[in-house]
Amino acid sequence: MKPFDYASPSTIQEATALLEQHGDNAKVLAGGTDIIVQLREGLRDAEIVIDVKKIPELTALDLCSENGLTLGASTPCCDVYETPDVAAAYPALADSAHIVGGWQIQSRASVGGNLCNSSPAADTIPSLIAHNATCLIEGPSGSREVAAQDFCTAPGRNVLEAGELLVTLKLPAVSDSESSAYERFIPRNEMDIAVAGAASWIKLGDEGNIAAARIALSAVAATPQFAQEASEFLVGKAPTEENFAQAGELAKSVASPIDDMRGTVEYRVNLVGVLVKRTLATALARIQKDG
Amino acid sequence: MANKRHVSTTINGEPKEFLCAPHESLLEVLRDNLGLTGSKEGCNNGNCGACTVILNGRPVDSCLVLGVEVEGAEVETVEGIADRNELHPVQECFLEGAALQCGICTPGFLVASKALLEKNPDACEHTIRYNLAGNLCRCTGYDKIVRAVQDAGARMAESN
Repeated sequence: MKPFDYASPSTIQEATALLEQHGDNAKVLAGGTDIIVQLREGLRDAEIVIDVKKIPELTALDLCSENGLTLGASTPCCDVYETPDVAAAYPALADSAHIVGGWQIQSRASVGGNLCNSSPAADTIPSLIAHNATCLIEGPSGSREVAAQDFCTAPGRNVLEAGELLVTLKLPAVSDSESSAYERFIPRNEMDIAVAGAASWIKLGDEGNIAAARIALSAVAATPQFAQEASEFLVGKAPTEENFAQAGELAKSVASPIDDMRGTVEYRVNLVGVLVKRTLATALARIQKDG
Repeated sequence: MANKRHVSTTINGEPKEFLCAPHESLLEVLRDNLGLTGSKEGCNNGNCGACTVILNGRPVDSCLVLGVEVEGAEVETVEGIADRNELHPVQECFLEGAALQCGICTPGFLVASKALLEKNPDACEHTIRYNLAGNLCRCTGYDKIVRAVQDAGARMAESN
């Protein structure tokens, strides 16, 4: 690895000042499972690496019945699925956190880092989108909020500007009448990159029909996608296999995948239908089990 | 460019201090600086798990940790698994079950297996395979390894 300097600021202000001072030559270190590989392989360069894990806001994991989940951007994946209340409230997020790399990776890799790495195939991003997460960003000109679905702009690129730092992810509070699931297809059992992935969140109304739904996809476009038409289709409908299958068909409209060694365009588009249907069914089963 | 940093940490229960440049990985520090060559460099990119160590109670790939990050942390390496002259059950069972061939992946498997069995001594085959998915063996496959971990779990349960 090429030499670089290292800083471990303890406040957001110190971190953003360093980011502003060094611009593109500064790289943020959370779990390091992407950035250290990229620095070692020369895919990215750094004059200084800024370790953000000493900043209290960045390592938060606070669940509150009114305000929902505040997830620090550098909180590791294992904290998400090993914290029973969090895993129960945001099952799609726990599903995805549990399949990012292997166990060693999950001990370090953060959901915020997965988002900032902005891979089209990132497993946690569809779950964030399905749970309608908001990204809290601090920078030299103050703070701003961006919806998770608007965060990624291209493979490996996102809305963060020079000097800006992703601080926390906010997921709205959940009730007993809602649940979610994430599933990806890979040809192995574990430790692989999604050929396609889907996260689904549904909320049932008093009559048992679907009151709200959010479906998001990975690995089928340049960025993770919110399947708006499919999500809106489900509102007011009964949670039946037929309607779930129809939502899967509609979700295919936001899939514009590429052919590569992992799968063809046709295969990936077909997977969208299957995975959306399955994750909706899992989300429903989870509501029924809890209810 | 960047000066070496002074790092104070605990390795296998012993306080340790070392100097390292910010770009040196924990794996490089362990092997080249501290002489703890049990942790192996396989892929050096977080796929193979040959460099697995326990950092603050959790298994990590030491090739994906910077040496400077372990300031104040607790690190356990394969050298710390045995209790003085007595092998850990997981080591005994790997030996008895011939759960290795060339041996390069073995330290990582031992560390990850011990971490798993301490958390879940009754781990079933599925759980073992899932939790050891971040450790690759390119010699011989995984059946003997999985059986050794199951045997070690049983032996640990007996001795408790």
